[in-house]
Amino acid sequence: MANSDTMAAPAALAAGPRGPKPKRRMSRGNIMVYGTLLVFALYYALPLYVMIVTSLKGMPEIRLGNIFAPPMEVTFEPWVKAWSQACTGINCDGLSRGFSNSVRILIPSVIISVAVASVNGYALSMWKFKGSEVFFAILMIGAFIPYQIMLYPIVILLREAGLYGSLTGLVLVHVVFGMPINTLLFRNYFASIPEELFKAARVDGAGFWAIFFKIMLPMSLPIFVVSLIIQVTGIWNDFLFGASFTGPDLYPMTVQLNNIVNSVQGVKEYNVNMAATLLTGLVPLTIYFVSGKLFVRGIAAGAVKG
Amino acid sequence: MALTDATDTGQNIPVQKPKRLFKNLASKIAAIPMVFTALVIFVGGTVWTIVYSFTSSGLLPRLKWVGLDQYERLWNSRKWLVSIENLAIYGICSLILTLVIGFTLAALLDRKVRGEGALRTIFLYPFALSFIVTGLIWQWILNPELGLQSVMRGIGWESFAFDPLNNSKLVMFGLLIAGLWQGTGLIMCIMLAGLRGIDEDIWKAARVDGIGTVKTYIRVIIPMMRPVFVTSLVLIGSGIVKLYDLVVAQTSGGPGLSSQVPAMYVMTSMFGGQNLGQGFAASTMMLVSVVIILVPWAILEFGGKKRG
Repeated sequence: MANSDTMAAPAALAAGPRGPKPKRRMSRGNIMVYGTLLVFALYYALPLYVMIVTSLKGMPEIRLGNIFAPPMEVTFEPWVKAWSQACTGINCDGLSRGFSNSVRILIPSVIISVAVASVNGYALSMWKFKGSEVFFAILMIGAFIPYQIMLYPIVILLREAGLYGSLTGLVLVHVVFGMPINTLLFRNYFASIPEELFKAARVDGAGFWAIFFKIMLPMSLPIFVVSLIIQVTGIWNDFLFGASFTGPDLYPMTVQLNNIVNSVQGVKEYNVNMAATLLTGLVPLTIYFVSGKLFVRGIAAGAVKG
Repeated sequence: MALTDATDTGQNIPVQKPKRLFKNLASKIAAIPMVFTALVIFVGGTVWTIVYSFTSSGLLPRLKWVGLDQYERLWNSRKWLVSIENLAIYGICSLILTLVIGFTLAALLDRKVRGEGALRTIFLYPFALSFIVTGLIWQWILNPELGLQSVMRGIGWESFAFDPLNNSKLVMFGLLIAGLWQGTGLIMCIMLAGLRGIDEDIWKAARVDGIGTVKTYIRVIIPMMRPVFVTSLVLIGSGIVKLYDLVVAQTSGGPGLSSQVPAMYVMTSMFGGQNLGQGFAASTMMLVSVVIILVPWAILEFGGKKRG
């Protein structure tokens, strides 16, 4: 595409820079490239824009009609209302309850699942035992099986353990279903660490846990961050497990958000709905924009090899 | 790793056998959560559900054998048939469009465009959001009275009509717009990584031979990226079968039955309708569809490697 420009370059160089600076002309191909990219960029970016603008307008302004217009009068009332007063049909204390539930689910789930997955990956790459590969294969196949088929047996297991409907139960479910992808991630990472390092430590008499904590952990900070990103966004965005394994008082934010927006009672307050939606999306969005390349690495590692 | 392999050679000597269980003990203990998950939850849970799908379980699971009755009922239920049809429409469109859009965007970004980083950020951010958030955003944008339709009418296009969420024929496409918005970024990312892995010399050779850009992509680059396409296909495919949250948020399965999907059928019969047997049978059918997607892929990926 840039062909014509580069062809002319040697001649121009030989003559030395003279005359007015040449204007960058857009070739027809370039217009196509940038045009298409721009159209798609609008498709992806506009919903976020619409969401923000809507959440800052008052209802009278929204009823006037243009969802793309910036707010004439900025108001934060919808945000306050979404956080502390919005109704789900059962209670009217806003998203704050869902937020605190989500945090209480998120923190233990993430810590336990990353810890378990890192130990799994370490055992699978450095301390293989008979059958370890078989268990790993089952784990990987499990990641593709529709969760619905395992839901009811889990309900029974949790009920037997007295954990059905509790946050602890949901945390365990997240640990179980986060295991395949994160184990894979750690296994591949540890497999890339030179074997000599492991052997040297063995010769020095270090055992399973000593090698893990003293040698492997300090070396694998980046992969821990990647795994953390996968788990935080995955667990925060979960709807299925939250709706199946908890009750109304313990619903995570996504479930509560859905109940607020899709509740049939009363007049629809679109600005409050959009503020609530944004609030729920804020955690993963922040992680995405802050972590940047690591996020991409995380999903690529998970996706390409998974 | 070689340490454990060494013990296998001593397999024939019976005296060493009791020792082998305790060999590598720490590793085995550490793997207990994984073994439990794999065997009890993944294998056990799946087998349990399949077994109980042949029983008359209603409010509670019970082992009263009824053979294929549940499946017969399932395939005679209009709701299930509509769900399958909806998923097929959504699935085929989503598969083709995700691949096309994902590849096109990746190829365009790979043309050394300015602001690649910013564009990539824009294309990928929806993937960080949940399906619930995605569904609710698009429910609002596609709102007929205040959303896109009214804006288009407001700027003078009076006859503009685009109200997919309230039209039983178009509702799956309304979901598709949202689904593509959320998911294409990921495929673009994978495709871009694939394109970056292709040797620059290929491009030079194509240029020397005077092959046009588009033709090079179709004839040379895409065939070279077969593994990337296969991975994308598997990812998109297994995602389509799981389609649930998006529908719940955006349309709740309506209008009427027109956006019902299999996963929703499972959830309503298991947790809403107290009709466990139907839920089990339907989720077994979901598993079957995933197997149909995965087995050819596994044969291609792993069967091929052994022969090659």
